[in-house]
Amino acid sequence: MSHYEAPIREPLIYGDKKYHDISVDVAAPVEGKANKKWWIAFTIALIAFLYGIGAITYTIGTGIGVWGLNNRVNWAWDITNFVWWVGIGHAGTLISAVLLLFRQKWRMGINRSAEAMTIFAVFQAGIFPIIHMGRVWNAFYVLPIPNALGSLWVNFNSPLLWDVFAISTYLSVSLVFWYTGLLPDFAMLRDRAVRPFQKKIYGLLSFGWSGRLKDWQRFEEVSLVLAGLATPLVLSVHTIVSMDFATSVIPGWHSTIFPPYFVAGAIFSGFAMVQTLLLIMRKVSNLESYITRVHIENMNKVILLTGGIVSVAYITEFFVGWYSGSSYEDYTYLSVGAATGPYWWAFWALITCNFIFPQTLWFKKLRTNYVWSFIISIIINIGMWFERFDIIVIDLSRGHLPSSWTMFSPTFVDVAIFIGTIGFFFVLFLLYARTFPVIAQAELKSILKSSGDNYKKLRGENYE
Amino acid sequence: MSNKTIQAIFDDDDMLLKAVKGLKDAKYNIEEVFTPFPVHGLEKAAGLKNTRIAITSFIYGVIGFSFAVWMMNYMMVVDWPQNIGGKPSFSFHENMPAFVPIMFELTVFFAAHLMVITFYMRSKLWPFKKAENPDVRTTDDHFLVEVSTEENVEKLEEFLKNSGAKEIKLKA
Repeated sequence: MSHYEAPIREPLIYGDKKYHDISVDVAAPVEGKANKKWWIAFTIALIAFLYGIGAITYTIGTGIGVWGLNNRVNWAWDITNFVWWVGIGHAGTLISAVLLLFRQKWRMGINRSAEAMTIFAVFQAGIFPIIHMGRVWNAFYVLPIPNALGSLWVNFNSPLLWDVFAISTYLSVSLVFWYTGLLPDFAMLRDRAVRPFQKKIYGLLSFGWSGRLKDWQRFEEVSLVLAGLATPLVLSVHTIVSMDFATSVIPGWHSTIFPPYFVAGAIFSGFAMVQTLLLIMRKVSNLESYITRVHIENMNKVILLTGGIVSVAYITEFFVGWYSGSSYEDYTYLSVGAATGPYWWAFWALITCNFIFPQTLWFKKLRTNYVWSFIISIIINIGMWFERFDIIVIDLSRGHLPSSWTMFSPTFVDVAIFIGTIGFFFVLFLLYARTFPVIAQAELKSILKSSGDNYKKLRGENYE
Repeated sequence: MSNKTIQAIFDDDDMLLKAVKGLKDAKYNIEEVFTPFPVHGLEKAAGLKNTRIAITSFIYGVIGFSFAVWMMNYMMVVDWPQNIGGKPSFSFHENMPAFVPIMFELTVFFAAHLMVITFYMRSKLWPFKKAENPDVRTTDDHFLVEVSTEENVEKLEEFLKNSGAKEIKLKA
């Protein structure tokens, strides 16, 4: 039938693959035994996670006074980490939803892992606002439920409450989107499983998926509608996160370009994180045939675009701050004052990591180079962390009165909680990589004949 | 004469699609098709009606939107109006702009979750549900068609064999 795809398009699946080979390759990490490297990585992540749990317990037991916060800088690492993790989470939905709407076939090799990353990253993000409340046992006050205080309702005028709704909708919808896509792949693992325990577990997880024609029809429709819903949702989430800042009256925060700029920044950092994880995963899980140079290059192109948007936003903020001639604008996070002030290192870390280094991706040689892509992705992850740190700490450290000017220095607890969330993230991701079908194999099979290397070659020979 | 159901297994999606088209043209009754992945154009060939699940999603979205409007109006304007930051909550239309984000979020929340629940219920997917694909290979690389006939079974088997079926058996 019509599996034709222009020969100029590079294949998305390499190697002489048949449908069955895809099943075998996807099931291999699940059915095989973990190697030594996996155990080493898992142990390190677990130790970091436990360290973080210890720090969180200490924080809750003693109070958030154990953090480095002070009277002026009352948001710092916690909210920096929160925004960083939420931003990272954006790439998964972007890949699975936006690229589905645009019918980008290359998404199929990476969407499963990107969505997993999204969900795990949003878990980490959720930790920070909750522990920042101090009295975590009162966290349910953010929910609009009848209570003994009269009922005293939540304040729907507050962007912080919008955030509660945005993040929980985002997390739950991403989870459902991810899980629905997993059903046929769990079914594949179930039907392949030899060990009774595995058969039972995957039977349970697959919800009895049988692959009926009607189920597939609904499945495709549901995926499409979920993608249509998730696309504006993902844009709304970081828009609302940016409103936590933009609706305040702090110089540097009170900025109308925040929503689009935050969304672009989120996609920028999210793709960098996907890049970091997948470059490792394709090697470790032997997925080189499915996560190819094309995938890496396409992601680098998205990074270049969103990095460009972010850079334009930096320049705009910097220029407008200077041009306004307002003395308050001279110590916002993008200003001459910041570039030369006590936080100069944070300012230049941001500019170097997010603006200068990603420009190397204009060169095809560099953006198709695995090692360089990996290095760049790490640099961007660091740069985007500094962006949030700059927005929060530099802007807060300079109040309207010079008498309240201050610096922020984190305590070991701040650092430990951050390390703990990185550990938790990798614990989840490493467990996922060994127990889940890490590639949407059912979807991938549907493009094998159009985008598989062997089929493309076959067509090329026959229709010359 | 009673109905007999034949299960034919294919190992290629193009062969399957051709066979299903042929069966439809010969006016055979296609009971069910099991495939490991969505085969493009198969539901049209098998004469399936369009799914209405997107419509349910729209309805759920409308419900979510109405719920959001009702909830925020009740909590902020009706039940306990407060003056927050010099911006009193006296009427819905004055407060409405601040409600837009949550109206949107709840619309998406309802539309997405209730649609997925509807999908799971309609397609009978839930934990502990037993899988019903007659052959385990249909989640890997094989395609199975169930065709029922009242007439000559041999004729149908011959037909399927000619359309490229790899295995043919009578459903127990």
